Amino acid sequence: MNGTTAPLWAAPLVPALLLALGYGAAAGTAALRARAAGAAPSAALAAPARESARLLVQRRRTVPGADVLLWRLGGALVPVAAVLGALVVPLGPTAVSDLSVGVVWFNAMEVLVWAALWMLGWGSNSVWGLVGGYRFLVQGLSYELPHMFALTCAALGAGSLRVGDVVAAQEQVWFAALMPAAFAVYLVSAMAMAFWGPFGAPVGRDLAGGAVAELSGVDRLVLGVGRYMFLALVAAMAVPLFLGGDAGPLLPGWVWTLAKTAGVLGLLVWLGHRLPAVRMDRFAEAAWVVLVPVTLLQALAVAVYVLVR
Amino acid sequence: MTETVVFAVCAVGAVASGAAVFAVDSMARATFALLASFLFTGTAVLLLGLSYLGVLVVLMMVMEMMVMAVFMVMYMMNPAGLMPMSMVHNRNGALAVSAGVFLLLAAGVVLVPWPEAGGAPPADPAFALGEAVMGRHMLVMMLVGMVLFATMVAATVLATSRGRYDRYGDDLRREHPDDPIGGGLGR
Repeated sequence: MNGTTAPLWAAPLVPALLLALGYGAAAGTAALRARAAGAAPSAALAAPARESARLLVQRRRTVPGADVLLWRLGGALVPVAAVLGALVVPLGPTAVSDLSVGVVWFNAMEVLVWAALWMLGWGSNSVWGLVGGYRFLVQGLSYELPHMFALTCAALGAGSLRVGDVVAAQEQVWFAALMPAAFAVYLVSAMAMAFWGPFGAPVGRDLAGGAVAELSGVDRLVLGVGRYMFLALVAAMAVPLFLGGDAGPLLPGWVWTLAKTAGVLGLLVWLGHRLPAVRMDRFAEAAWVVLVPVTLLQALAVAVYVLVR
Repeated sequence: MTETVVFAVCAVGAVASGAAVFAVDSMARATFALLASFLFTGTAVLLLGLSYLGVLVVLMMVMEMMVMAVFMVMYMMNPAGLMPMSMVHNRNGALAVSAGVFLLLAAGVVLVPWPEAGGAPPADPAFALGEAVMGRHMLVMMLVGMVLFATMVAATVLATSRGRYDRYGDDLRREHPDDPIGGGLGR
């Protein structure tokens, strides 16, 4: 039974779960970094908590000429967009709100992050921030189309934009197996949307932090938390779209949802650690020349499959 | 009751943030004030039960305004000093024209004899709206959409100063194109 709507008291559960998953991603990243540096990975598990505490007591940096309104708004928008997007992601069979256009809603909330990063970069009145914000726009524009077509493939396979229907359509075979190219493109473009790993150039070290260059203290904490929550969101959305949602033997549905989400999130964290950063001025071409045709062909294949099924 | 409150907030918010576009002193703030206005309008569309159109307005307007932000900042009137700036030329004339247009449209809302609502709303309002607007001309409109898109691509191709001879040499025999920004694929 898919597509039920949760009672209202479940809504606070969404940010709590996203936070927990995001903390896991942050701890995993810290552990991978510690292992690569030759330190004990176990000590890194508390690293995000220590870093959060440090940022909470750090004094806020002020920048002359900053557009404080846009700057703060940009930082706050990232966690807000992550939570709003997660409202349509089902845990087990139940989502907080199983909108009839849940897939489009999810994409709209992802796009809010473009505005957020640009505001962050612009608001800080710093050249590094501005370059970082513009980098993210290029990245967003290049990877949004393949991302959209990957989402379209899943919706096409189910004949519905409702996330619950997409899960229900995967009873026989998961969409990850039915449309592997769309799944792969989803994972790649989701990393680009979350400016994660190889697509981290908008906040890259070569720009002294890029869009977040001037952020400090609690502002940096909000952005950092929001970014990991957003990464958890794109990982969580892969489960109902491509990995059969809550389907699985023995265990209850919500355990399967969480387990699969943790698996996808772990994969993204590991990829982010392993892969080198790509230059967006060069890799915009890869999105337009390779990923867009691949997803279009995938959509054609899915459409033919749906017709002859 | 809730719907009325949400509609009132969206209506006032859309007009207020629309007015803010001409009151703020920075191009970035003007862009986001305009975006806020569109988002309020999108929420009003959601209230009509047109969930697909409403969410699409949110999605497309955020993307569109982010592209707009790039061009608005790039082409702004005083590129030497980004702030403060003003979106207004001919303040008095502009105020008179915009107030006149607003009054005209508002008068239209009050004076037009709207048809009585009859029957229940359709199961899929977005579909019904598309039928009502396009009707038998759906195929034509879809073709027009394709033609518009082709026109945009063609205009971009014509506007760019570099052609294939610049990229691949006069006899088009160069192995790798000579591009100012190398592509990620080494083409």
